This record gives sequence, structure tokens and C-alpha cells, in this order.
Amino acid sequence: MEKEIYKKVLNEKKIKRPIFLNAIKAFVVGGLICLIAQTILWLFKDLLHLEKTASTSLMYIVIVGVTAILTGLGIFDKIGQFSGAGTIIPITGFSNSMASSALESKSEGIILGIMTNMFKLAGAVIVAGVVSAFITGTIIYLFR
Amino acid sequence: MKYVGKNSAEFKNVYLRAASTISGPKEKKGPLGQYFDYSYSDNHCNAENWEQAEIKMQQNAIDTALVKSGLEIDNINLIIGGDLNNQLAVTNYAMRDYHVPYLGVYGACSTCVESLIIAASYIDAGFGENILTVTSSHNSTSERQFRYPTEYGGQKPNSMTSTATGAGSAIVSRSASTIKITKMTIGSVVDPELSDTQDMGRTMAPAAASTLRQHLEDFKIKPSEYDLILTGDLSMYGADVLKGIMAEFDCPLGNNYNDAGLMLYDTKSQKVFAGGSGCGCITLVGFSYVIDAMRKGIYQKVLLIATGALMNPIMVAQNETIPAIAHAIVFERSNV
Repeated sequence: MEKEIYKKVLNEKKIKRPIFLNAIKAFVVGGLICLIAQTILWLFKDLLHLEKTASTSLMYIVIVGVTAILTGLGIFDKIGQFSGAGTIIPITGFSNSMASSALESKSEGIILGIMTNMFKLAGAVIVAGVVSAFITGTIIYLFR
Repeated sequence: MKYVGKNSAEFKNVYLRAASTISGPKEKKGPLGQYFDYSYSDNHCNAENWEQAEIKMQQNAIDTALVKSGLEIDNINLIIGGDLNNQLAVTNYAMRDYHVPYLGVYGACSTCVESLIIAASYIDAGFGENILTVTSSHNSTSERQFRYPTEYGGQKPNSMTSTATGAGSAIVSRSASTIKITKMTIGSVVDPELSDTQDMGRTMAPAAASTLRQHLEDFKIKPSEYDLILTGDLSMYGADVLKGIMAEFDCPLGNNYNDAGLMLYDTKSQKVFAGGSGCGCITLVGFSYVIDAMRKGIYQKVLLIATGALMNPIMVAQNETIPAIAHAIVFERSNV
């Protein structure tokens, strides 16, 4: 009887999350990151006349590096709070999850702290990537 | 001590001799900043890491309480305390420097009142003259244990509460002083079957309602009996649910109700989402502003209900829900 009342009140007072607004923010910021990355790619390819693979790798290094620095300076979590999926889904999210985990575990030392915990959050992404690559790779090998 | 009703007891001659509060910088900038005994300008508290910072705050709180009470550590017969870290690490390590009998307690964010209840019961039962309680929480030690790394850029929802950085200590004593500890109600675990770790306020509200109703029933009183009914860390959404539940039971809460999570910060200008939480939350509000107001005679009778979400990240990952608990204690102004 008491539990029913708790449930009733909790249901009445559900918190509405601004999903639509969050989606728009994520779209704009995520798009902006892609635009910046594309511009960097063009700079390396067309202005510095680097090879396509080298330009792509360098672009990744720049984005990941800048995110890691912003994480260390305590700025990135504020951007992430505003944009949500907009900064978590691109490679910026991967970089931030590794840098933040490394920073957090610094007090436990290099091996047991930083090295052990660095992939605590990013590990899921790597496992998902390896498994899906294996599955698609197998499908392509069998049916081509 | 007299056992009353189902969950409660009445104390005879138990007093709150002194209390101290040590806060972090964000809490200092909040509306109650002026009431804290000392506030660090940096969350690191000049320590090597977050855990050491919290240990330092706890020790500062103990030392300040001793100075304020005019007692030496040798006059303390027992220390009861806890924090939010695994194995009560912070309290255990803080105790290394005090050679006093010690009991560690864990009630999540209800630890402050839980340790006061035990301390008052021991004093009433005759275990010495003075018992010291200590509780603390630190935003960064909690974040990393219960949630994500501090600098992780994931989006936090509005329902999230911000763990308060602060420590507080109280000396419960047999000798008479202005504030008397008169009643207590021990809560039982209530599980509203929620599992959102970023919505703790609403999760704890039913436990607060259950303890409050039991308290009122055991002592046959109404909420208007108190000048202030203060819950621990329900914050914006949780406090709203508590009011809703109490109204459903035909026992609505009036203007004498408030939540420490809403008082500690300016929820409009400070970025704390739904408000403050953690052991430090009700400790900082209760041991500073509330006690000060009682000494000044603004409040005569105060009911503190500390709420704790008994959350364990492993259990939640195993699809379990989050149980919650709340304990209540009554401070009354005595005419000593």
C-alpha cells in the first residue's frame, strides 16, 4: 500500500529531459567538430600536399591531441555538458574518456593507476570495434 | 533511553556540546558560506590527492570541534564516524592520528545522523562523558568511485546532484549545554525500485517519507511540532517527491520543511544541477547554520532527517535497483 503511493507520486513527478534541445545541441556541436576536422584534412592534403593516409592520420592526431589538452585543462567536461553526444560520439569522446581516466588514476601510480585504468571507459569502444570488424570482415570474406 | 513506538527512542540527558564544519570552495561561495569554521580555497586542500584532501578535512573538523568544546582528545571516550569511500577509507586513515576507541559506520549520505544516533545512545547508556562523531564527503573522491572521472565529458542530466566537499564533527556529551539531543528514529530500508544512479534525490524521497511518518506516529506529533524539518540531500526533485508523498498521506509539509541540498548552494547561479548531496551536505548545513540559529533562539526544535541512497555500482550494473534509508534525530534548545 505504501509502495503504491510512492510509485504513484514518483510517476506523477517524473523529470522531463530536454531530448529535443539536447539533440539539436549535439547535432550542431558534432557537426562543427566534423567541419573543423575536414578543414584540417584539407589543409594537410591540399596546402601541404601530403598523402591521403598521412593527412588522415595527422588530422586524427590533431583532434585527439587538442581534446586531451582541453581535458587536462578542465575545459572539455564543460563543453561535453553542453553538447552531450555531440562531443562523445566523434573521436573527441574517445580521447576524452582516455585522458580523463588517466588523470583520475594518476595518484595510484603509472602501472597500477594510469596504465591499468586508461581504457576503463574507452575499452568498451575498442571491444565493440574489434568484434564488429571481425563480423563484417568474415561476412565480406565469405560472400565476395 | 526510553524506547518509543516502533522505531524511536527518547534520550534523557544528552547534549550537543560543540560542532564544527570544514568546507570546500564551492560550498563557501554558497548562501551559508559565512557559517563554516574554515573553508579551503581549493578542492585539493594542499594535499597530494583527493583522498588525502578528504582525510585532512576530517582531521581539521575533529581538531576544530575539540577547540570549540574546550576539550582535549583524551577527554573523548569514543569516536564514531564514516564517509562515502570504499571500506570507509578516509575515516579509517584519519583515525590513525587519534588514539581513541573508534567505530566506523556506513549509511551512505545518512551517516551524519546515524553516527549521532549511536553516539547519543552510548552517552545515554553511560559509555563515558564525551563522544565525538565525524563525517565527510569530497566531490572528487565520490565522483570517481560512484560515477565517472572528474574530467569526463559525458552530459549530466538535471536530476543529478553534486556531492558536497566538506567535513563536520560534533561532540555529544553528558554535560549540559544549549542544544539538547532529545529524540531519534531509526529508519528501515525502502526500495522504490528505481535504478537511475543520476537521480538519487527521487530514489531517497520514499525513505525520508517513511522515517518521517514513523517518527510522527511514534511520538504522536504533527510536522508543525518542529520549527525546522531538514532532510539531507533530496534536492530539487527529491524534496518535491517527499512533499507529494506526505500530502498523499494527509500529512502535508509546511514552510518549516527544507532540504540541506537546496540550502548549501545557490541552485540558480551555482552549477550543481538539482542541488547538493553526500555525507557532507547535511553535515555542513546542520552543524553550521542550523546550530547557529538554534543558539540564537531562531529555532527551538529541529528535526534532522539524513537520507542515504545505498547505491553500489556493481549491484546496479547487475540490474538491481537502489535501496535507500533515512534516519532522524531531534535537537532542542534547552534552558541551560
